[in-house]
Amino acid sequence: MANNLGLAVKPVTEFAEDEVARVSEWINTEDYKEKNFSRQALVINPAHACQPLGAELAAHAFEGTLPFVHGSQGCASYYRSTLNRHFREPAPAVSDAMTEDGAVFGGQNNLHEALENAYALYKPKMMAIFTSCMPEIIGDDLTAFIKNARQKGFIPKDFPLPYANTPSFNGSHVHGYDSMLLSILQTLTEGKQVEGRCTGKLNLIAGFDCNTGNYREYKRILKELGIPFTLLADISDVFDSPLDGVYRMYPGGTKLDEAADSINGKATITLGPYATSKTFGWIKDNYSGKHVSMPTPFGIAKTDSFLLKLAELFGKPVPQSLKEERGRAVDAITDAHQYIHGKKFALYGDPDYLIGYVSFLLEMGAKPYHILCSKGSKKLGKEIQSLLDASPYGKDGKIYMNKDLWHLRSLVMTDPVDAIIGDTHGKFITRDAGIPLFRFGFPVFDRVNLHRSPLIGYQGVINMVTAICNKFIDIVDETCDDRHFEMMR
Amino acid sequence: MSAEIKKIDGITKESTQSMIDRALEAYPEKGRKKRAPHLSPNDQASCSACVKSNRKTVPGVMSARGCAFAGAKGVVWGPIRDMIHVSHGPVGCGWYSWGTRRNLVSGINGVTNFAMQFTSDFQEKDIVYGGDKKLKQLLGEAKELFPLAKGISVLSECPVGLIGDDINAVAKQASADLDLPIIPCNCEGFRGVSQSLGHHISNDTIRDFVIETREFAEPETPYDIALIGEYNIGGDAWSTKPLLEEIGLNVKAVWTGDGEIEKIAATHKVKLNIIHCYRSMNYMCKVMEEKYGIPWMELNFFGPTKIAASLRKLGEYFGPEILEKAEKVIAKYEPIMQSVIDEYRPRLEGKKVMLYVGGLRPRHTINAYEDLGMQCVGSGYEFAHGDDYDRTAAEMPDATVVYDDVSEYEFEQFVHELKPDLVGSGIKEKYLFQKMGIPFRQMHSWDYSGPYHGYKGFPIFARDIDMAVNSPTWDLVKSPF
Repeated sequence: MANNLGLAVKPVTEFAEDEVARVSEWINTEDYKEKNFSRQALVINPAHACQPLGAELAAHAFEGTLPFVHGSQGCASYYRSTLNRHFREPAPAVSDAMTEDGAVFGGQNNLHEALENAYALYKPKMMAIFTSCMPEIIGDDLTAFIKNARQKGFIPKDFPLPYANTPSFNGSHVHGYDSMLLSILQTLTEGKQVEGRCTGKLNLIAGFDCNTGNYREYKRILKELGIPFTLLADISDVFDSPLDGVYRMYPGGTKLDEAADSINGKATITLGPYATSKTFGWIKDNYSGKHVSMPTPFGIAKTDSFLLKLAELFGKPVPQSLKEERGRAVDAITDAHQYIHGKKFALYGDPDYLIGYVSFLLEMGAKPYHILCSKGSKKLGKEIQSLLDASPYGKDGKIYMNKDLWHLRSLVMTDPVDAIIGDTHGKFITRDAGIPLFRFGFPVFDRVNLHRSPLIGYQGVINMVTAICNKFIDIVDETCDDRHFEMMR
Repeated sequence: MSAEIKKIDGITKESTQSMIDRALEAYPEKGRKKRAPHLSPNDQASCSACVKSNRKTVPGVMSARGCAFAGAKGVVWGPIRDMIHVSHGPVGCGWYSWGTRRNLVSGINGVTNFAMQFTSDFQEKDIVYGGDKKLKQLLGEAKELFPLAKGISVLSECPVGLIGDDINAVAKQASADLDLPIIPCNCEGFRGVSQSLGHHISNDTIRDFVIETREFAEPETPYDIALIGEYNIGGDAWSTKPLLEEIGLNVKAVWTGDGEIEKIAATHKVKLNIIHCYRSMNYMCKVMEEKYGIPWMELNFFGPTKIAASLRKLGEYFGPEILEKAEKVIAKYEPIMQSVIDEYRPRLEGKKVMLYVGGLRPRHTINAYEDLGMQCVGSGYEFAHGDDYDRTAAEMPDATVVYDDVSEYEFEQFVHELKPDLVGSGIKEKYLFQKMGIPFRQMHSWDYSGPYHGYKGFPIFARDIDMAVNSPTWDLVKSPF
């Protein structure tokens, strides 16, 4: 009982006020920053989750698909509730509820029983299986387990069961997305390639993108261009479904037969190169038609490139309507530029989004200043650096790879910026720094409906610039003295 | 126990059982056999559990349960504000449980409170070579960067136990080296069947490493109590603690909402433990009773009826001085509560609610709904045990459906059939039922509102329930074309 640590029994103490004041100031100093940046083992407030979360997102994105976690049930509850909170939508997924005996005997029995139950109860068209820590560590052989499940009749022989190993001790949610998507496409397209057949369609992959508005915007743009398409891993109707009195467990997603036929496409574009590197590598080797990997179209220039690429691939000119849309976006940013020009930003997020933020800000004459990726790579660092190097507004920008939000706090407190672009987790820093946070990233737990407002394309430029500039104007209105409180801004 | 048998029109044991049977039809035989004992009509008079509980979740049925780590980090340890809680293992578990329970804290973030995400962020090499060295190093780093932290808990995620790390040895050594309480908690998610074992393991670590290591500086009084199983969701403890103080009691420690580790460590010196969430902390109440002779008392701070009963129970326990103060406090708040009831009850009278929450609220909130004129037509827990269901029987109307570790399929079927006016459950259930056009409140997190405890909480609870049930937006669900 008690005191096994051999500590002396001491009185309950209160914090000394001067000590609290000293530490409160100290954590904002250069000295603290130096200590903070020298830590090697402790990670504080990381801006990334683990692989299976991304795998679940990819699984939800296909018609009638039930995400299936091979591992402990608590894992599934964590992923589901994260998606519930961000989208404010259902996120049905099952787990095979492995427990201690699973660790001893392996998870095959759990997997088989779960397949049988989930198939009977939730009538999916496909179950997409991915792993959490336990089976990864004990070395469960999914290939064999699934083969056995079919043989023993727990699941029909031809029922699609893509599966991916998504260890949480490697990479981030972005990599889990990639692995799951790859397995889904491999499973669905197997044996579907037909020599000489071309669907005439574009296959578009958005990458790990939790903005349903972006998906709708891609579809709208492609319709404007008159390009037939298959949006692979389409979450727009899944995580933005109507409330009409009926609960639909599988309200959307890419049709399975369309996904199967995507291997015969005319062209495939991924707009999330960092979130789909494995998938794209495989597509290049296996899909018919042209293959393009290009950045997520944030900002005018990257949207231009996207449209020009589409025009080139499909031999169609960019229509007048999109030209006008571009003009309106340029008009919007020109009208607004004075409220953002020269402002310094700290940025963090997933690689594809981060590149998007940098391009967009540079176009606006704003300064991407502290650029931080919690799970990045040298390649990402180089790509961002080349964007910074190409613009006079990028010359002060500094990249921090594989750092966390406690590092970012030190950066912002010692070398201030005007705002942060990130996700909900940044709100403690912006509160301490007294600056705004723009929640363009994932997840957003504390604002409503932001995921419905697209960030990509020309419309996305207008949305971002409007959010940012009006916030800066609000700040002027809220903080200026009476003499400077004016009718016009 | 309640003498009056509560009946609901149209609900009989037979009707409930046949509803259960219909829901079970969809299962394969093995699954049906496993699930059947977890679903049953309530037998109110029996005052005993009508369902089996605390069993392994049936694979593939879509359970809402979490794991032992969630019970340890999210529930017991996480709310202690002046300690660093290290999610030891891969990045995910700590990230998902970062700021997602609404156990509010006082103090300055990163200075005197540490409601942040600390993790060892295991990589492949940590799995292969073990994470003990990394743990030792990060404990030192934490102490250096957060000098005012009063302790560190090390909360193991699945891999730690599977690869055979010895966090206990590391914690012991580091505790001596750093002169700081460092608590190893072997709460890997694969242990047990739900959050519940995580609560138990965490209680055990408080027993083994915390209790008795401090003493209150001020002299003891006969009215020293601790408030156990109060997690300050949406500020609940900031309602209950002042209320208990108002009737003359000294709340020396709160376990663990807005908690302070040193006060928890000195709790063996109190005269009575009051427990709110029995499921998650009865273990330590029993330990303190056996070891230090501290009695404990279960109370309920939801809704004016139960609050008044709870305050009177305390008054009777402590004697005339406290009883008199309790009566005064009740008399002071009753008119305010009555005005709340007068405002909302006409709009909520006869409305039906179904609950599915964690380990306490499926029974503790029933009477608060009844204070508003509502009826509970179904209730169940994610991770309760038999003793919780025993306590539930008397609170629920007779013959209503009780469901343990309900699958999403079953829950949906029951709601379809019973058509409640409100479902009170969690985030994973919320949007499913809202899509069905059924009003919903999250009853784990108070749906970003609160507090719901105490006299301060009831007006907010009443407003929120009315807002959910009677929002004009529900009239727009059916499209005219």
